[in-house]
Amino acid sequence: GRAYPSHTELRVRDEGSGEEEKGYYELYPEHIPTSPLQKALLAAGSAVMALYDPYRHDMVAVLGETTGCLALPNLRDKMKHHPEGYRILQERPRIRLSTLDMARLRVLPDGSLGREYVRFLEDNKVSPDTRVLPKFVDDEELAYVIQRYREVHDLMHTLLGMPTNMLGEVVVKWFEAIQTGLPMCVLGAAFGPIRLSARKLKILATELVPWAIRSGHNASCILNVYYEQRWEQPVDSLREEIGILPPP
Amino acid sequence: AAGLCPCWVLLASRRAALRALCGSVRGLAAGPEMHFGFQTVTEAERREKIYQVFENVAKKYDVMNDSMTLGLHRVWKDILVRKMNPCPGTLLLDVAGGTGDIAFRFIDYVRSVRQRQLQRKLKHHQNLSWQEISETYQENKFKSLGDSQVVVCDINKEMLKVGKQKAQHHGYSEGLSWVLGNAEELPFDDDKFDVYTIAFGIRNVTRTDLALQEAYRVLKPGGRFLCLEFSHVSNPLISRLYDLYSFQVIPVLGEVIAGDWKSYQYLVESIRRFPPQEELKAMIEDAGFFKVDYQNLNSGIVAIHSGFKL
Repeated sequence: GRAYPSHTELRVRDEGSGEEEKGYYELYPEHIPTSPLQKALLAAGSAVMALYDPYRHDMVAVLGETTGCLALPNLRDKMKHHPEGYRILQERPRIRLSTLDMARLRVLPDGSLGREYVRFLEDNKVSPDTRVLPKFVDDEELAYVIQRYREVHDLMHTLLGMPTNMLGEVVVKWFEAIQTGLPMCVLGAAFGPIRLSARKLKILATELVPWAIRSGHNASCILNVYYEQRWEQPVDSLREEIGILPPP
Repeated sequence: AAGLCPCWVLLASRRAALRALCGSVRGLAAGPEMHFGFQTVTEAERREKIYQVFENVAKKYDVMNDSMTLGLHRVWKDILVRKMNPCPGTLLLDVAGGTGDIAFRFIDYVRSVRQRQLQRKLKHHQNLSWQEISETYQENKFKSLGDSQVVVCDINKEMLKVGKQKAQHHGYSEGLSWVLGNAEELPFDDDKFDVYTIAFGIRNVTRTDLALQEAYRVLKPGGRFLCLEFSHVSNPLISRLYDLYSFQVIPVLGEVIAGDWKSYQYLVESIRRFPPQEELKAMIEDAGFFKVDYQNLNSGIVAIHSGFKL
């Protein structure tokens, strides 16, 4: 059921139990229960702020959490009905520098998932630890699903062969929009190109986006792949297995 | 890779059990229970938490104030300084004055009063020769502030840092000093200041009674105590709208603008927990002040309490 009590309940509960911290309970660390009105305001505010200041990655994250109420259960069900996805939901692996053995991945052969992933992180100077933890999802399993989606995002870049510049991010967003149906991805895919030059827009429209859409439809659910157990697998073979078409 | 399981449900329930246990142990151990917003914490914890809140919000403090109050906080602070009606030569202590809003308004006010004084003086001097007039310009008689001074005292280094930057940016330097200090234990001698102000700060002080006693101590006889603070709305309709706005909109603004929901959740909760007008008035009287009175602004959303040390 819904975890969120109204703020009036908050006060009543606090007067009754002197010892309890806050009237409402957190379903997971960092959880902040919110009312529907607050979620609506957050969605609107974060959308505006994300467009105004593209460096506010936390706003993109908040937008995803507050608008994902239909798409996330869908994703969770897709995972539940797939053997590998089900295992991921049970074991809850996290992709973080502390859990990854970077040294081992670096010495894997070129073309393997692990090696290409590390190359991607180093070339683009990003780290898997910069992902914001979910706060506004009111179901802790769905919170994990969105967390997993965020952590797998860099692997998407690797599999699609897209860099982390604005163009690359938009292409990945198109792919993710088809795959996950998250409104945040759809909005990002639609509004991201606003900040691109005409030349890039042309490449985007004629080659990259059609390819991303075709791949997105063709591929099986990307969250159903246990990437941590497939570091040795060549990227091409994994692409074929999932159904991602070769990049242009 | 088996058993890699950070199972959040298990963690959450374990935390809840631990919290209940800690709660009872805490009661025996660390001292009096206090409120931090709607949480119950010890005195030491409260001080630490409040320090962290202001450390986090310092850089966005002014932007957030404007968004949350839709610019009204400027009007409230203007009213406070106008009520103070300082004349040149006043020595003001602004406690919890971190980003300098009251201090800057005080300086502007005194400067304009001083300007008028000087203009009146010059009118009287119209019969002097040029020589005499230039002599008076060279002497320091035309100090723009007329010896007025304001000391801004705050417990939080980040807030003071922001205040100093603002002062530099707007060109305030004369008659202004910044001191790191605790309102419950001020680093000043007795009977020093003409006016003591605390704007939107007394709510965050852990021991209000001590802060009021310190205010009494550092004021000169005849000195005035002024406190601007969020208070209680008695009108039920306005109260409901105010609550709705506070609890639904303000934390969202905090998250969107400052990336910090929890500090602003604390803010709205601390407002609800703070004593209402009459109770604060009684506390100020207990500290020794006379002629204690309060003025409600915007139906009690904000109140200015005033008292005199006689």
